[in-house]
Amino acid sequence: MAEARPIVPAFPPVAVPAEVAGRRPFVQVLHDWIVTVDHKRLGIMYFSYGIVMLVIGGVEASIMRAQLAVANNHLVSPETFNRLFTMHGTTMIFFAAMPIVFGFANYFVPLMVGARDMAFPRLNAWGFWMTACGGILLYFSFVGGFGLYGAGSAPDVGWFAYAPLTSPAFSVGHSTDYWIIGLLVSGFGSIATGLNIMTTLLCMRGPGMTLGRMPLFAWMNGVTAFLVLVAIGPLTAAQIMLLIDRYLGGHFFDTQAGGSAVIWMHFFWIFGHPEVYILVLPAFAIVSEVIPVFSRKPIFGYNIMVAATIAIGFISLSVWAHHMFTIGMTSYANAFFVASTAAIAVPTGIKIFNWLGTMWGGKIRYSVAMMFCIAFLCQFLIAGLTGIMLAAAPFDWQLGNSYFVVAHFHYVILGGIVMAVFSGVYYWYPKVTGKLLSESIGKWHFWLFVIGFHLTFDFMHIPGLLGMPRRIYTYEAARGWEMWNLIVSIGVVFQILGVLAWVYNVLRSHFKGEIAGNDPWDAWTLEWTTTSPPPDYNFAHLPVVRSRRPLWDIKHPEDPDWKYE
Amino acid sequence: MASATIAAPHHDLAPLAHLRGKIGMWCLIVAESAIFSIFVVAYLYYAGKSISGPTPAQVLDVPYFASICLFSSSATIVLAEKALHIGNIKRFAVCWFLTLALGVIFLVETGREWYKLIYHDGLTISTNLFGTTYYSLVGLHAFHVTVGAIGLTIVMLLTLFGAVKQEHSARVSVFAMYWHFVDAVWVVVLSVVYFITR
Repeated sequence: MAEARPIVPAFPPVAVPAEVAGRRPFVQVLHDWIVTVDHKRLGIMYFSYGIVMLVIGGVEASIMRAQLAVANNHLVSPETFNRLFTMHGTTMIFFAAMPIVFGFANYFVPLMVGARDMAFPRLNAWGFWMTACGGILLYFSFVGGFGLYGAGSAPDVGWFAYAPLTSPAFSVGHSTDYWIIGLLVSGFGSIATGLNIMTTLLCMRGPGMTLGRMPLFAWMNGVTAFLVLVAIGPLTAAQIMLLIDRYLGGHFFDTQAGGSAVIWMHFFWIFGHPEVYILVLPAFAIVSEVIPVFSRKPIFGYNIMVAATIAIGFISLSVWAHHMFTIGMTSYANAFFVASTAAIAVPTGIKIFNWLGTMWGGKIRYSVAMMFCIAFLCQFLIAGLTGIMLAAAPFDWQLGNSYFVVAHFHYVILGGIVMAVFSGVYYWYPKVTGKLLSESIGKWHFWLFVIGFHLTFDFMHIPGLLGMPRRIYTYEAARGWEMWNLIVSIGVVFQILGVLAWVYNVLRSHFKGEIAGNDPWDAWTLEWTTTSPPPDYNFAHLPVVRSRRPLWDIKHPEDPDWKYE
Repeated sequence: MASATIAAPHHDLAPLAHLRGKIGMWCLIVAESAIFSIFVVAYLYYAGKSISGPTPAQVLDVPYFASICLFSSSATIVLAEKALHIGNIKRFAVCWFLTLALGVIFLVETGREWYKLIYHDGLTISTNLFGTTYYSLVGLHAFHVTVGAIGLTIVMLLTLFGAVKQEHSARVSVFAMYWHFVDAVWVVVLSVVYFITR
């Protein structure tokens, strides 16, 4: 499939001075990584940090599933269980998923729009280190949660930390403070990165790269950056208010003094729901690059895809209270949020049809990257359908806070976002390292992970329908939940094996992988014109962009895209 | 075959790069507006819901003098920008100093107001909901004025050392955007705290 095409001009490598070419001491290499402002290195650091956190959050999830595998289990204490689900949720959203999607954006947005670097390289480094330090603060709570003189304890208030559980009366010690400050700090980092991506897209595009010719990856990350700018602020504000309540005796969420616990929920979810789109739009971005290349067709309906992305960006700001149907809002508020939530399914559905339209009649290559995209399409569709079910307020009254909800959002995050991330790794690993990932190990990874995913999350819907609430640390036998919970926990084993296969693949290919060349997939966007890995300066030679597929134009001067766009 | 690539002239590699300071500052303003709007919403939502006194009507006086000072500083910073744009460093320094002085007067006035509220009216951040929301909203704004005043001071010192020149005009304008934003936020805070809910 990857025939050698001598059409993309190869550029002679820049001669490396002899003293640099040798193996340098570890401290010097480490120093280079720590002080770097290069978007590619920061992208790799964001991604690697996210993967480490993904593994930590995955271990927490695995312990929870071991606890829940059988009825009346006492593997961990109820207190530990509370800490596990709090740390699992917080870690996965803020320190695994966000760094991973920012890693992709950092690495590929400048390359795709033909820029030398991000608009503000030093701010980029600052953003990464803020995020990294936020995660370290959060995990330091295990040591310092009760102050330095005692044993620590991790936060146990749940990832959305509802009031009044977080008030000083109910949350003694400093574990909640580590949660607040860890997220506050990483939030500043996220805002910096959002600002940087937005400015890069608006100001750093290469010659001829108009907004209408930008790859969809760039467009979708741009809308994500907009959402980061408008949605992280409310969380930051709410965290400041909570700190004022806890340290200065404020009354924002203090119902005894006329404050409101419900307003914390509003503030949190005004952030929380756009956050879902902050994570899923970059996943859409990856899928929108991989599917056309492996279907050998340009993306179907580019304009409508951009429009749908922008529509999702705006509508996602007005759906937050669908997380709150069970608290008893007015029927007008319920009706509004049911309608807006149903409305956001429309642009999302448009995207699904466009991806299918791209594959329709295409010459599909079933490489691992494409297989993950197909899994993404099926699973994200089901996630969307259970989402529409939960968007109906009466249905939500019945199943809110049950395992049905847990199954639904894990379908979105694992079945959608993580599948797209794996696809992106198989697609771009050759660009980042210069080596191809093994397709045969990749197939093991794919099947183990997808089977594990379906064992866990398909069957997790059922105990939810049978009335099993989320966040309980154990349950009585003979409620009809045991078999389903056992199947769910067995699925975790397959997922762990899948991830191990992937890690093995990544490490093995780094040393022994097949040399990729500049353009192993015969793709069309600008990052494939430069070497793999790209040099520090990205492009020695930047083509003037005249269409949405600049590399197609170069490869096919007899039939370029710009004649038809 | 390779001739199909059309190389771009070097100066055209990122035709819009000179706008990045402005766009970056706009992004920061959007993010900051989101933070402020949550505090404003909290203030409006809790207005009149305190279960004990003092109330805004009992203790708040409209800070006309401080507000006039802060709003005028937006005008002086525009004059400073214009002076630097045409290279008149002396006029720039005078206008910049006026901006800084007006900003500092605003902060001093806020401090006097808070002193009166705390020591004469007995209103602290933990007294009631009004105190909690008032000090956090006005305090968040005052914090931004303080950050702005520190920035103004740094540029002032650089000017006195002769380091600020005509070619820095674009960068100074980006900083001025932040100062205008802080002023614009005060329009909202002033209306909400001292007029709408008092």
